[in-house]
Amino acid sequence: MKTWIAKQKALIDFTLSSLARRKLKNLGLLLVYTIIVFLLASVMLYTHALRHEAAQVLKSSPEVIVQRLVAGRHDLIPPGYLEKLGRIRGVQSKEGRLWGYFYDNVVSANYTLMAPSSASHDFGQVADGKIVIGAAVARERGLAPGNLISFRSYTGKLFIFTVAAVLPHEAELVSADLLLLSETDFRSFFDIPAGYYNDIALSVANPQEVRNIAGKISETLPDARIILREEVLRTYESIFNWREGIVLVLLSGSILAFAIFAWEKASGLSAEEKREIGILKAIGWETGDVLKMKFWEGALVSLAAFLLGYVAAYLHVFHFSAALFEPVLKGWSVLYPRFELVPVVDGFQIATLFFFTVFPYTVATIVPIWRAAITDPDAVMRG
Amino acid sequence: MLFQPAIIALLLASAVSVLLLLAATPYAWQLVHRWDIASGSELQLRLERRTYLMSTLLSFVFATQLVALLLFVFNADKMAVMFVGAMCAVGTLNANAYGFPALLAQIAVFFMAAVWLVLNHADSRAYDYPLVRVKYRLLMGILPFVVLAFTLQLMYFLNLKADIITSCCGSLFSSDAQTLVADASALPPQQGLWLFYTALLTVIAVAVLHARKLRAAYVVAAASAAAFVAALTGILSFVSLYVYEHPHHHCPFCLLKPEYDYQGYWLYLPLFAATAAGLSVGVIQPFARVPSLAAVVPQMSRRLAWIAALGFAFFAAVATFMVADSNLILLKD
Repeated sequence: MKTWIAKQKALIDFTLSSLARRKLKNLGLLLVYTIIVFLLASVMLYTHALRHEAAQVLKSSPEVIVQRLVAGRHDLIPPGYLEKLGRIRGVQSKEGRLWGYFYDNVVSANYTLMAPSSASHDFGQVADGKIVIGAAVARERGLAPGNLISFRSYTGKLFIFTVAAVLPHEAELVSADLLLLSETDFRSFFDIPAGYYNDIALSVANPQEVRNIAGKISETLPDARIILREEVLRTYESIFNWREGIVLVLLSGSILAFAIFAWEKASGLSAEEKREIGILKAIGWETGDVLKMKFWEGALVSLAAFLLGYVAAYLHVFHFSAALFEPVLKGWSVLYPRFELVPVVDGFQIATLFFFTVFPYTVATIVPIWRAAITDPDAVMRG
Repeated sequence: MLFQPAIIALLLASAVSVLLLLAATPYAWQLVHRWDIASGSELQLRLERRTYLMSTLLSFVFATQLVALLLFVFNADKMAVMFVGAMCAVGTLNANAYGFPALLAQIAVFFMAAVWLVLNHADSRAYDYPLVRVKYRLLMGILPFVVLAFTLQLMYFLNLKADIITSCCGSLFSSDAQTLVADASALPPQQGLWLFYTALLTVIAVAVLHARKLRAAYVVAAASAAAFVAALTGILSFVSLYVYEHPHHHCPFCLLKPEYDYQGYWLYLPLFAATAAGLSVGVIQPFARVPSLAAVVPQMSRRLAWIAALGFAFFAAVATFMVADSNLILLKD
């Protein structure tokens, strides 16, 4: 074992110095390799972080949401529905929610308006005539607490609110375009009569009960559309994976190009390299030893490129907000939240990335390396 | 559902492996039929050179297969979120009929690949390539399994449909499709316990015997295969229960999850390594009679037997620790 390690150490030593002798060629390869790893790792880290973020956000959303459908379209929940649901075993609480969208001509963006229920917010109940705004809204309209803001509602009436507070920046992913107002204001702004709600949120303690509860609701309220949190989560997971997959497939062209490049680099041995291998074999190296040396060469280059590319991708995603891939992977909106992603790295992802980069590189270089390794010493030296 | 990074990676690895093996087959055929170490002809020289390429290529392909098995299980576990009722890899693999066959085929390829790598190593230790014919015949035997594993994987992934929200009515279209194979097929814990420890103690004893006295090589291989099955049965029937501290949770995959501190890796990695080593002891045994391997094979099989013995012992120790450490009381004397 000890001699084996000593042999490998000597081989690595030799390989490193041989790599250093052809700096330019190898640096070129390293650069391209690093860029490939960087691109793929950026996509992976970014979607993974988004997925993580979505899961975090959904953690605190209600387990079941009940909407009412009229002619296949989402409609208001009429009075009496909450009572009709009655007591379902396993449901901890249920409440009618009021929310809606409002298009603001000034910034050409949609706001989400909501009348928070009493307990669900840090701000508690918003007083009549007051409004709490999301950070992106505050940014776009230049608002601070105490300012006045007016909206012309869909009924044509003008409403004036005093900004009570701006929602914290940390929650921006979910609250960028959010406006919170009191229930009375909300109802008169959208002209929604008392007793009507947009949907009903149920919280369920036991995740295994969720599906049964959904079944019961659909029996009591046949016109209801029931949305489960786990389904939203699953859909997000699928969508982000799908987007990630699509981008990777698009990038596969570059992986292929890279493989061809690696093949070329490995097969286009310079006369000097050929002579080197010839001399090595003349002084007693076997074909197997040359292969081992070349294997170490590939391993060292791969490792260096992988580390560099991965670290660069990490910085790109978590410090520069993935500027290159944002539009494709995140989706877009006028009032897009500014948010910092929480760094998430996992081994599975690294293994996948490894298959996308080191694997094609190795496949592409095996044959050229073998060709180089079987070079006859006399043929080289005579030539 | 092909556009998932890990699925693309797995299919890429399998497809490339199949292609490389297919490309190597004609050369393997030629090597098997035209190989003549005594000859000094140009063809023989070419063949000798080609063996270097072949063994590098195949080592690479088979090493890839070893890693692919891990990635496959890991991926199945990760995808569980996307299927209704799937809590871990069992649910995902049950999502269609190809899941478990694909896993089994991958495991089979894993062991064949491991055995091939051991043979290749033995061959490279001798000066006259004594195992060239055997190696490449074996390769042609393994090829159909690799193709099968690839096909099953492809079918599995092509037929996967994630349960995502449909616009009309959320929950009702995605039916609960989980079938608990594990629960039904598990042995009662008492019998499982017996089988588990008997098989493991036997294989450890035989492997140690072989390592010291170089006897009963084929018994080591057979005992390893039996111990592998017994170990998996044991995990299903009682080890998992103790780990989860739940009398009806038999899943062999949840062990790998972070909720259980990835304990499964402590079980599965030594188990697979030990089984592969044990099988190899039997496979290289017939070649002890080849003159150029007369010194090599005993040394290697000794080492492999130690690996098998220690691997199984480690596995048994870990499983015993899990049982002892658990708060669950399953069997009362």
